[in-house]
Amino acid sequence: MRELLLISGLGVLSLFSGLLNIRKGFLLVVIVGLLLNIGFSIADWNGNEDVYGMMLMDNFALAFNASFSALAILWFISAHSYFNNDNNFSDHFALVLFSICGGLVLVSFSNMAMLFLGIEILSIPLFVLVGSDKTKLSSNEAAFKYFLLGAFASAFLLFGIALVYGATGSFENAKIASVLAGGSVNQLALAGMLMMMVAMSFKVSAAPFHFWAPDVYQGAPGYITAFMATVVKTVAFAAFFRLFSSTFASMQFEYKVLFAIAAALTLLISNITASVQTNVKRMLAYSSISHAGFMMVTLLCMNSGTVGILYFYTLVYSISSIAAFTIFEVVRSNSNGGEDIDTFKGLAKRSPLMAAVMTLAMLSMSGIPPLAGFFAKYLVFTSAIENGYLWLAIIGIVASLIAVYYYFKVIIAMYGHQSDLAKIEVSVLHKLVLIVCALALLLLVVFPNLVTGVLG
Amino acid sequence: MLTLLLILIPFISSGLFFLIGKNIARPLAIVCSIIELVLALFVLNNYMSGHHDMLQMNLAWISSPGINFHIGIDGISMLMVLLTTILMPLIVYGSFNRNFENASTLYGLMFLMQGSIIGSFLAMDGFLFYLFWEIALIPIYFIILVWGGENRQKITFKFFLYTLFGSLFMLVALIYVYLQTPERSFDIQALYQAGRQMGLTEQAWVMSAIFLAFAIKMPIVPFHTWQPATYYTAPTPGVMMLSGVMSKMATYGMIRWILPMVPDAIQEYGYILIIISVISIIYASLISIVQKDFKYLIAFASIAHMGLIAAGIVAANTQSLQGSLIEMLSHGINTIGLFFVYDIIVLRTGTSEMKKLGGIRGIDSSFAFLFFIIVLSVVALPFTNGFVGEFLLIVGLFQSQPIAASFAGLSIILGVVYMFRSFQAMMLGETNSLTANLPRLNVQEKTILIIVVAMIITFGVYPKMILSITEESIKSLLQGIQ
Repeated sequence: MRELLLISGLGVLSLFSGLLNIRKGFLLVVIVGLLLNIGFSIADWNGNEDVYGMMLMDNFALAFNASFSALAILWFISAHSYFNNDNNFSDHFALVLFSICGGLVLVSFSNMAMLFLGIEILSIPLFVLVGSDKTKLSSNEAAFKYFLLGAFASAFLLFGIALVYGATGSFENAKIASVLAGGSVNQLALAGMLMMMVAMSFKVSAAPFHFWAPDVYQGAPGYITAFMATVVKTVAFAAFFRLFSSTFASMQFEYKVLFAIAAALTLLISNITASVQTNVKRMLAYSSISHAGFMMVTLLCMNSGTVGILYFYTLVYSISSIAAFTIFEVVRSNSNGGEDIDTFKGLAKRSPLMAAVMTLAMLSMSGIPPLAGFFAKYLVFTSAIENGYLWLAIIGIVASLIAVYYYFKVIIAMYGHQSDLAKIEVSVLHKLVLIVCALALLLLVVFPNLVTGVLG
Repeated sequence: MLTLLLILIPFISSGLFFLIGKNIARPLAIVCSIIELVLALFVLNNYMSGHHDMLQMNLAWISSPGINFHIGIDGISMLMVLLTTILMPLIVYGSFNRNFENASTLYGLMFLMQGSIIGSFLAMDGFLFYLFWEIALIPIYFIILVWGGENRQKITFKFFLYTLFGSLFMLVALIYVYLQTPERSFDIQALYQAGRQMGLTEQAWVMSAIFLAFAIKMPIVPFHTWQPATYYTAPTPGVMMLSGVMSKMATYGMIRWILPMVPDAIQEYGYILIIISVISIIYASLISIVQKDFKYLIAFASIAHMGLIAAGIVAANTQSLQGSLIEMLSHGINTIGLFFVYDIIVLRTGTSEMKKLGGIRGIDSSFAFLFFIIVLSVVALPFTNGFVGEFLLIVGLFQSQPIAASFAGLSIILGVVYMFRSFQAMMLGETNSLTANLPRLNVQEKTILIIVVAMIITFGVYPKMILSITEESIKSLLQGIQ
């Protein structure tokens, strides 16, 4: 409960930050607030606090709360320039914080109503943020697209919840689960579950509901894209997992096939498309979709171990994404706004630190040892093989190989080519973010148990 | 503890190079490589005098999937570690005749590579082995990408993707065997037991998947297409690391991770691998003969020798295994020698096309003499280390596959053809405008070639000191299989 109050309080406070004249130090206030939020999660560990039957602060919720808060801290530090150059300072802070609020609801819901509210609280600020680059046509287009398709997804979700309610007579997760477990497969509930699956697949941008993602990611301001690709994706997957592992657990037989097909499609489509992109931002968007494919595999092999795998995967993927997007933004703003792969040429000379961290991020995303991304993929493959999905593991491996192709385009551009553009000075805050990300990527493989064990 | 140090010292040295300035990069590189060599000799001393307890280390690492940080050493690993640590100072010293840009980063990457290669030789846990095996790939990729020659972007990428492709098959095979272990463990003994209990078909699949990874890395035909171009474009220290040391990871891996894990499949289908290897030997030797460029010639000759080693390992008897281990050592030493000769010639004349050269013997007879001894060792003349290895290999291979052995024997004859032709073209004959004013070898170049030649002759005349290192381990390995 107090986590929710804290974050929404922060959001409201930021609305008044202009009035209270605390604009300058507000970033610090937000960071302290989020740190406090992590602290609350640790303090409430094993508490299983029931929030009016609507949310359940179990360990799953607390763990994800801590992880996305940590990611949000990194993101806020990295995106400080987004807030500084901005007239709508307090609005943007508030929107991001409200979106995080929706994330908290999503990872802890225990009632279908909260699932829907969480999705909406998460998404509506994002619609605005995506369009926050008001003078750019692509940003407006992205916001419009995202809003329209997001509304569709919400409709699917609502319809699904309604059908499930019709079949079981309840909105409560636990009750639905027990009703479904009791009888034979109910056609109405099955239809409802499928609807919800469509809506959630849309939110996590899994194929074949991923078409919005590249355009929106490309059109949105870079840091907002980073936010969507990391924090938002993490909570969306957490909600997806929470919904299907508990509420629909008894219908595993029905939905597993669909998850397997969706995962395979996501892996293949996104990676093949990504390999022909020349715009780095769009490539990162497709890469984000492809990682959704890997995370889908953990949904499919649901047993006690896979929640730890999903947790590890989202964290590692998000850390490398934050590093990649931060570097992308810094390079873009120092290279006449170019988003093409050519702007990365000669980065090794222009900024050795950024080139090195970008290399780590790319290696980690493509799953090359000894980086954390390798371990994440390894855990996914092992769990797939263990659950009898050898074919999916092989598709995953093929997908990773294709992915190596486009991730290495960036590395080759940075180290294999020269550039006559000036050196890039990296600000201290960005340096901090990059070093933290790099260390995390290297150390998480030495101590993966620290993360996977949290929800083991 | 000592084995951990063996892995840690190169990694620590590698870290140092990213901190220090350019000026002390060279002396530091030499010092670091020699410290590692001294440590390896100390470990050898401990091993030979039977203090095995210091050399094992088993720490729980990632408990839930059963991964341990288990490292240890036996005669086979010991020899491989020796090879790596002996070659490293030579490679470092050999790089001093060129001024590499950002030399300290180059050395940092080289030591990173050394550390992970040694790690893969010492790993007694399947996952750990895979980890070190892959880590070694990253530094060499960057060494070639940054310091390489023409068209390096595409070539290195092909190399990287190719080897990664193979390794992923190995990973899947290792995971498959791991899932068969009763207690879900990657420990080498657990994997051996689980592997041996599998049915023949399963074993055959596992064998093929792991062999694919190794066949690409060695490489042998038809998985070699990345190799000639990569060797050609790589800077000399890089190609020395690649052919001298890194290719041995694959042959070592065959001994450690294929033979004892899937013995039935080797027994039943090993002949297929031997046939592939023998085809590789003959094909690569024939291609070598028609090469115009000396560096390509070394590259293809390397494929031929690796093929012979692979065939010997699959034959799996005492002689063939002893032979393959000695051949690994001598191949490492010889290719370093050959690539250094190449480097000397290219630095002076700017070309390695053999037709354009000639008459170097008349100008610098000591260079020609040292080169000639290396050539003799490559073609396996008695009293060189090449002879001991190839002789044992062919004897061993003959015991299990006589026909294949007689074809493999062609490698020596064909080797004579291509090696002598190259020697003739470059060293003998008339001098021309390129070679007429060739400067004589300087002290650094002479030192390196003399050390290489000294090793060739020492190990050739007195191979017993190597045989005694590996003898016991091979015996116990073969006992485990039968």
